Amino acid sequence: MVGKSLVSIDDYSKEDYLKILELSAKYEKNPKQNILQGYVIATLFFEPSTRTRLSFESAVNQLGGRIIGFSDSGTTSASKGETLSDAIRIVSNYSDLIVMRHPVEGSARWASEMATVPIINAGDGANQHPTQTLLDMYSIKKTQGTLEGLEIFMVGDLKYGRTVHSLLMAMSKFKTTFHFISPDELKMPDEYKQHLDALGLKYHEHKDFTDIIAEADILYMTRVQKERFSDPIEYERVKNVYILKNEMLENTKKNLKVLHPLPRVNEITVDVDENKKAYYFTQARNGVYARQAIITSILGLNK
Amino acid sequence: MKDRKQLVVSAIKDGTVIDHIPAKELFRVIDILGLDHIENQITFGTNLDSEKLEKKGIMKLSGVFFKQEDLDRIALVAPDVKVNIIRDYEVVEKKVVEIPERIERIVKCVNPMCITNQEEVRTKFDLVTRHPVSIKCYYCEKITDANSMEIISSG
Repeated sequence: MVGKSLVSIDDYSKEDYLKILELSAKYEKNPKQNILQGYVIATLFFEPSTRTRLSFESAVNQLGGRIIGFSDSGTTSASKGETLSDAIRIVSNYSDLIVMRHPVEGSARWASEMATVPIINAGDGANQHPTQTLLDMYSIKKTQGTLEGLEIFMVGDLKYGRTVHSLLMAMSKFKTTFHFISPDELKMPDEYKQHLDALGLKYHEHKDFTDIIAEADILYMTRVQKERFSDPIEYERVKNVYILKNEMLENTKKNLKVLHPLPRVNEITVDVDENKKAYYFTQARNGVYARQAIITSILGLNK
Repeated sequence: MKDRKQLVVSAIKDGTVIDHIPAKELFRVIDILGLDHIENQITFGTNLDSEKLEKKGIMKLSGVFFKQEDLDRIALVAPDVKVNIIRDYEVVEKKVVEIPERIERIVKCVNPMCITNQEEVRTKFDLVTRHPVSIKCYYCEKITDANSMEIISSG
């Protein structure tokens, strides 16, 4: 991991995941240290993502590092037509590590070829967002005590949702049983199901989740967005099917936790927030520790 | 009549004969191999009858020899070509082509939102399956399959 970019969740092995999760727990116990003192981390957000940027910046600041960067490319030379590769080469001169988010898919991999410092991909369009996956895994490990052999229910937009795709790829290394709950138009793409088939992992597809979540260890909710539907009538027909309400959690397992990559709109009703099984806000806090673990690992600062 | 036929397929002394090119892919093969930039004598035939293919193309390149890795680049559009290496009018070696594990530059990524379609970035793919062919973009990680494959340029 040392000195290497993290662009895609597949860049790390199962051992790497476990190492990061172990370190995340260490940073959770002791998130304020001076381990990044003297380091400059660039956060280049070519498209805005306040939550992700604040999480990274909080992670760095708590460890005593300094941040340079921008939160919106409208204020940079990208708006004057500068290429991404020029921008990355220049910022490489100013920083020890670059965290970047960019709307174009594959931009982070390209940047990692241009940069002379490691890149952490904080989202490249619909493609990858590996630190989200690692914080999801940390949340799962922390609440379930293990990553092995869990029943993970994924709900909502399983076609375009990069977080569910990356989580599937990562958790497929841990004998997971998957349940996919989505409207027809937003089903889990075949390539991911073929990946599970090849590994001999079980998965089940459903159109509705009211009566089936009793088995779930993890309920991973995502947003069903109107613009994803070719047929607006179809959207209107299904939009309320994928909303989690508090009463639906009544007969679920004790250890069940509800995760969501956030931001949430209406797919989890507010009354769920008070339920002990709601975990999405803690999940967001876990993101800080996971990012501390990732950044310090790449910089080779963990003994 | 016989003389005429011999003219079309006239032998070369030294060089390379590439046979069983699907006729509709002939010009892409020329492009991929960069044959429009060389000065050697080249003879083409196209829309010839073939038992294996509907219509085939053939080319004879005098004094031209390819490295296997360069020949393999045409496997994406012409997987079943037969390549004969000619020395002193004799076939001294027969080769076939195989799609390489890493494909650079010759294919356009199917994803319009991919960095390779947004900035001047050379495409790079890893082979996923051979039959039918599908390749995965090194950058955006999307799969380009045989139906959506678009050849962009000579190397």
